[in-house]
Amino acid sequence: MPDINDKQKILAILGEVTDPEVPVLTITDLGIVRDVKINGDEVEVIITPTYTGCPAMDMIAMNIKLALIENGYSNIKITSVLAPAWTTDWMSEDGKRKLKEYGIAPPLTRSVVPSDRAIQCPQCNSPNTKLISEFGSTACKALYQCKDCKEPFDYFKCH
Amino acid sequence: MDNSLVSYTLHLADSNLILAQRNAEWCAHGPILEQDIAITNISLDLIGQSRNFYQYAATLIGNDTTEDSLAYLRTEREFKNCLLVEQQNGDWGQTILRQFFFSAYQYLLYQKLQHNNDNQIAAIAAKALKEVTYHLRWSSEWVVRLGDGTAESHQRMLIAIDELWRYTGELFMAADYEMEAGIDVSLLKDDWMKKITAVFDEATLPLPEKVFMQTGGKTGTHTEHLGFILTELQYLQRTYPGAEW
Repeated sequence: MPDINDKQKILAILGEVTDPEVPVLTITDLGIVRDVKINGDEVEVIITPTYTGCPAMDMIAMNIKLALIENGYSNIKITSVLAPAWTTDWMSEDGKRKLKEYGIAPPLTRSVVPSDRAIQCPQCNSPNTKLISEFGSTACKALYQCKDCKEPFDYFKCH
Repeated sequence: MDNSLVSYTLHLADSNLILAQRNAEWCAHGPILEQDIAITNISLDLIGQSRNFYQYAATLIGNDTTEDSLAYLRTEREFKNCLLVEQQNGDWGQTILRQFFFSAYQYLLYQKLQHNNDNQIAAIAAKALKEVTYHLRWSSEWVVRLGDGTAESHQRMLIAIDELWRYTGELFMAADYEMEAGIDVSLLKDDWMKKITAVFDEATLPLPEKVFMQTGGKTGTHTEHLGFILTELQYLQRTYPGAEW
C-alpha cells in the first residue's frame, strides 16, 4: 500500500491516464481532473465531464480506477462534478503542443478570441483555413481544411 | 420530496431525450456525411443533458429509481416533453427548423436556469448552455441556407413552418411545476421571437400568421407520435426487463 497522503504521487499517476479518443492527451492535460481528496483510507478523484454526452467519460473513470489499483491503491471513489463547467481554457500548454503535433489544431483561448474562426493549420501553420463542418469526428472537434496545403484537419473546439 | 422539482427536472430531461431520439433517426441517413455527423453529435449532446437531468431526478425520487428506469420504464402519459420535439423528422428542412426553434428556446432557458436557486439545475444548465450555443449557430445557418437557397428549398421551409409553428406556443405556456420550480417561460417569448425574426429575415422566410397553438405535452397529453417513439426507444427494456450489456 503506497503512502495515501502523497497527493503529488496520485496526481502523477493520473497524469499517465490518457483520453481514449485523443490518446496523446492525458486527463490532466485536458483539465478533467479537478481535485484529489484523501478521506481516511479512501482516495477520491474529482473529475468533470468535457461534453455532457461524451461517451469517453465512463471509460475515463474506469481507467482512473485501474491506474490507481495498479499502483496499489484499493479504496477509490470517482466523483463527477458539473460546476464550474469545463472549458478548453483549462487545457495545459503542454497538452496544446501535443495536440498540434498529433495533427489536431488546439483550441484558442476563450477570453482572447471573440470567435473561433481564425484557426491555424496544424500541418503548415497557415492561418488561411476554412471551416468545413461545425461538428467533427467527436463532440469536441470541428472539421477544417487548410487552403494553402489543402490538408483537412480536426480543430479542438473552443468550449 | 419536492414534487414540482421532480416534475420540472423530468420535463427538462424528457424534452432532451425525445429530441435526441428523433435526431438519432438520421444516423446514416443524413444528406451528406458531415451533416449526418452534425445531427447525431447534437443528438449525443441532448442525450448527455437528459442523462444529467434524469440522474438528478432519480436522486430526488430515491428508492430504486435510476436514470434508466426513468427513461425506459415510464409510459407515454408520464412523459412531460413539449410537443415540438416529438414531431416527425419530415425532410431535412423540417428537422432543421424543429432544431432551430428548440435550440433558440433552450438557449434563452438555460441562460436563466444557470442562475436557478437549485444548484444542480443551475450547474447542468450552465454546462449545457455551451453546447446549445453551438446547436443554435448551426441550425440558424441551416435555416438561412435553405430559406434563402433554391426555390425548392425555400418552398420546403414554408411547408416546415406551416407544420411546426403550431407547436411553438407551448414552449412559453408554463405548467404549474415550471412556475414553482423553474422560471416563468412566458418571459422568454419576446427574446425568442426576436431571434426567430432575425434569422427568418435573413432566410427570406415570412413570419407565420397567428394560429391556434397546440398544448398538452408538458402535462402528459401528447400527439400520436410519442407512443411510436417510446415503442422503439423502450423496446429492449420492455421485452427483456433488466437486460444489460
